[in-house]
Amino acid sequence: MTKLEIRVVMPYHLQTLAKVGAEIVLEVEQPVTPSTVLDALESSYPMLRGTIRDHLTKNRRPMLRFFACEKDISHEPANTLLPDAVKSGAEPFIIWGAVSGG
Amino acid sequence: MSSVRVLVGTAKGAFILTSDGKREKWSIDGPLFAGWTIYHMKASPIDPNRIYASQCSDWFGQVIQRSDDGGKSWQQPGGEPVPEMGAMPTGVSNKFVYEGDVGSHMSFDGTPHPWAFKRIWHLEPSLWDSEVVFAGAEDAALFRSNDGAMTWNEFPGLRKQRGSEWQPGAGGLGLHTILLDPSNPLRIYVAISAAGAFRTDDGGSTWKPINRGLRSKYIPDPDAEIGHCVHRLALHPSRPDVVFMQLHWNVMRTDNAGDLWTNISGNLPTDFGFPIEVHAHEPETIYVVPIKSDSEHFVHEGKLRIFRSRTGGTEWEPLTKGLPQRDCYVNVLRDAMATDSLDSCGIYFGTTGGQVYVSPDGGDNWKAIVHDLPRVLSVEVQTLA
Repeated sequence: MTKLEIRVVMPYHLQTLAKVGAEIVLEVEQPVTPSTVLDALESSYPMLRGTIRDHLTKNRRPMLRFFACEKDISHEPANTLLPDAVKSGAEPFIIWGAVSGG
Repeated sequence: MSSVRVLVGTAKGAFILTSDGKREKWSIDGPLFAGWTIYHMKASPIDPNRIYASQCSDWFGQVIQRSDDGGKSWQQPGGEPVPEMGAMPTGVSNKFVYEGDVGSHMSFDGTPHPWAFKRIWHLEPSLWDSEVVFAGAEDAALFRSNDGAMTWNEFPGLRKQRGSEWQPGAGGLGLHTILLDPSNPLRIYVAISAAGAFRTDDGGSTWKPINRGLRSKYIPDPDAEIGHCVHRLALHPSRPDVVFMQLHWNVMRTDNAGDLWTNISGNLPTDFGFPIEVHAHEPETIYVVPIKSDSEHFVHEGKLRIFRSRTGGTEWEPLTKGLPQRDCYVNVLRDAMATDSLDSCGIYFGTTGGQVYVSPDGGDNWKAIVHDLPRVLSVEVQTLA
């Protein structure tokens, strides 16, 4: 199955760690889910391993949130299919820090 | 001519302060890793260009950084691109995994809480091999890397010392002090808030609590074998069996590698505090920063005073020249004091108000190197030829 180009937006601290800009484009294996997007992200930017999800359990770090198409999908299962707008590249998959202090 | 390099970790980045041996004029580089919390930076004593840094965040977790050029450039030891065609970097240098069935420790409320890695509080490079570095973790554990901080392995024997009963101090269940014995590579001292002090004599396979003589009125059994909130340990390399301790309350010393501790608080105005340091050339000269209390984490009477004992404790004198003596309410955290080894020993400390002070004459006179950094978490000093 062909890979899809997925836009990913990350918070400032992860941009500086990965030495990238605010948005990057990743080639992601289908089905496109939070899990497969993060697999592709960590494969391309291994310095991000452990910063978004746990090394072993692959659970999302508690103070991070995943957004897509103006919805908070943080609590959806990691293998949930992302919306078509994300798959088509019309909308990004957004990784963001939870709003909890300075 | 000799020079010094001061490594400062703060709540929002790292700074490197440099000066020649006079320690009068300073240059300040930073912030490095801006926006990230830098718990600690420390250089290898045998390769001064190699510096390790613990970079962390409640949001994004733990990252280890390493410089091999004295802090000019930095890399994640396991995350840099590998030069071979087609090879992928492994990105493992921020991976700290406890060995075996981790079980639980006690929480603040006395209930079991699963062991979980949060951050590295302290990095201690080996005295003998620049590729070897130790890391003290929260939740409390000791890790070692043999490959320049690329990969890490735990010493699980430490947590077997009744780890299920350890409880966090106010700052967390952190292993914050790692002392290597220069005369014996197999001996390591560590301290954990709030479990106590421990020692290995076989390179880390087995450990024993070394808390006899400590008395902590805030735990059910004040003389318990474990459970003491040790804040910091320090030793002089010429006498590694003599260890000084800032306990939660009380300043202590042992002359037999921790087998028995005695109280040396003496005439201190308050014996609560965090850091403790030993003069580079005078093994009986020690420094502490008395803090008002465990409820009021600021200096006593609004005066920033370092206390020095030239007698190995008990008799203390306040050092105030150049330090604010009114309306001062900062704290000095446990890893935020250090010494250089120039002929006239320099003493350095950083405050929660963002000041870094230096005394180039063993504490007699003080001067602020910088006034307005973020909250200072750690200070280490390199003496460079």
